[in-house]
Amino acid sequence: MSTTSPATSPPALTSPKASLFNPTVARLTYRALLGRRRALILFALPALLVAIAILVRSLVGADDTTANGILGGFALGTMVPLIGVIAGTGAIGPEIDDGSVVYLLAKPVSRSTIIFTKLLVAIGVTVAFSAVPILVAGFVLNGNSQQIAVAYALAAAVASIAYSALFLFFGTVTRHAVVFGLVYALVWESLFGNLVPGAKTLSVQQWALAVGQKIGAEGAITSDVQLPLAISLLAAVTVAATWYAGRRLTSLTLAGEE
Amino acid sequence: MTSLHIDHVSRWFGNVVAVNDITMTIAPGVTGLLGPNGAGKSTLINMMGGFLAPSNGTVTLDGTTIWRNAGIYRHIGIVPEREAMYDFLTGREFVVANAELHGLGRAEAARALATVEMEYAQDRKISTYSKGMRQRVKMASALVHDPSVLLLDEPFNGMDPRQRMQLMELLRRMGDEGRTVLFSSHILEEVEQLASHIEVVVAGRHAASGDFRKIRRLMTDRPHRYLIRSDNDRALAGALIADPSTAGIEVDLAEGALHIQAIDFARFTELLPRVARDHGIRLLTVSPSDESLESVFSYLVAA
Repeated sequence: MSTTSPATSPPALTSPKASLFNPTVARLTYRALLGRRRALILFALPALLVAIAILVRSLVGADDTTANGILGGFALGTMVPLIGVIAGTGAIGPEIDDGSVVYLLAKPVSRSTIIFTKLLVAIGVTVAFSAVPILVAGFVLNGNSQQIAVAYALAAAVASIAYSALFLFFGTVTRHAVVFGLVYALVWESLFGNLVPGAKTLSVQQWALAVGQKIGAEGAITSDVQLPLAISLLAAVTVAATWYAGRRLTSLTLAGEE
Repeated sequence: MTSLHIDHVSRWFGNVVAVNDITMTIAPGVTGLLGPNGAGKSTLINMMGGFLAPSNGTVTLDGTTIWRNAGIYRHIGIVPEREAMYDFLTGREFVVANAELHGLGRAEAARALATVEMEYAQDRKISTYSKGMRQRVKMASALVHDPSVLLLDEPFNGMDPRQRMQLMELLRRMGDEGRTVLFSSHILEEVEQLASHIEVVVAGRHAASGDFRKIRRLMTDRPHRYLIRSDNDRALAGALIADPSTAGIEVDLAEGALHIQAIDFARFTELLPRVARDHGIRLLTVSPSDESLESVFSYLVAA
């Protein structure tokens, strides 16, 4: 075997500067996200939404109430959190689980940079696979009458940010991030978020709806949370979850298998 | 020259003490970290690699604390024991990504792949690699930034003899070049072949340190226990106990065997067949009853 030149570099052991984005971390993250079998759900759910939209439009014709039901119920209530779970937890959970995250951590790259980059990728994937198809489905359903398509798409985009941060954090805390994420998305957001009045205030879905309400025509979309509160809570959850995820990664220990 | 200093380091997980007050210095050259499974080798390597905080004591690289200091990775290369490594990439993509994370590029990646002789398979997906190929690509990823310290956790596990020899050759050369190379192993022969310096860890404690010949002698000089069956156990026992190489013999009637404690290993192994032949005794079973590494190591701890 050939060898490299002798190692003679003097130690310069300053910590690397944190930045918001590392293209290599991003590339590894999205390739891991889209390369996994779970990624099929990323394609299947939006395809299902658009298929439903086409079917409903051809059977019922353009109808604002039906559009509202499909976009608010299935799309924003179920699809967005599910895609958020897959993208958010998938951006970091499996790497921590199987130990391959060691190749990112054993580098002179700040761990905050790793978290920020993974968050951006998770947000990008969630927006691409939820907000964009919602916009398409909205136009198919009623041609954006009452601004419903745009309103729900923006609400989904806003929700994508909060879900990504939240589920990325789950991914750094527990091996069962997907299970926790699913329970949160389906039980809390879909069930309690729609039924229990108190839970509605603490539901990403309702906060996103508040944004949609502002954009949609008067009375087209309703939320139980006022817009200023909704935006504050969205920002608070996103910042807090990202900060904690960064902290978790900074002190992440890879205990031996002994 | 770069050295790792482990100073009065302990690490516990809940009530379990994995590493117990260990002090050692890993200097340039190849050092073998030897110990049975579960001795705390991985815990130690994880602390040296900055993936685990010591519960007590300090781990430093030329005086700089390793824990929570990503800057040290400019000087440390790590080859983890675990298999997982972005299997959906090709070997080349993987090493290039590692180079980029160091702020380097394709040229350095190509050089590292050449060092481990993996160019021939660099465009295949890692998921198709054999264990040995994975190990070499892991090595390439650790060497890409030309580190002065190289940490390898059980690097020879699952490698075939040829791959093992190649990796040993490579590590030896890295050590000769003045790098600080530390590898862990639970196999004495592996460590003996490669490392001039050995650190032995048993049950979380630092059992021995130094030249392998010294440690090897300690290991062979310990009392050995044998289980022996013959067609005349009592006559054999009488003849063996007369020799000073034997410290004690128990006739186990239930087992139909002799338990023998030999204190002079070389002399006893030569004595046994001679005594049997001279007395016309047929040996049916001769088996060492404490050859497990654990017993060898626990002897070392007591020594």
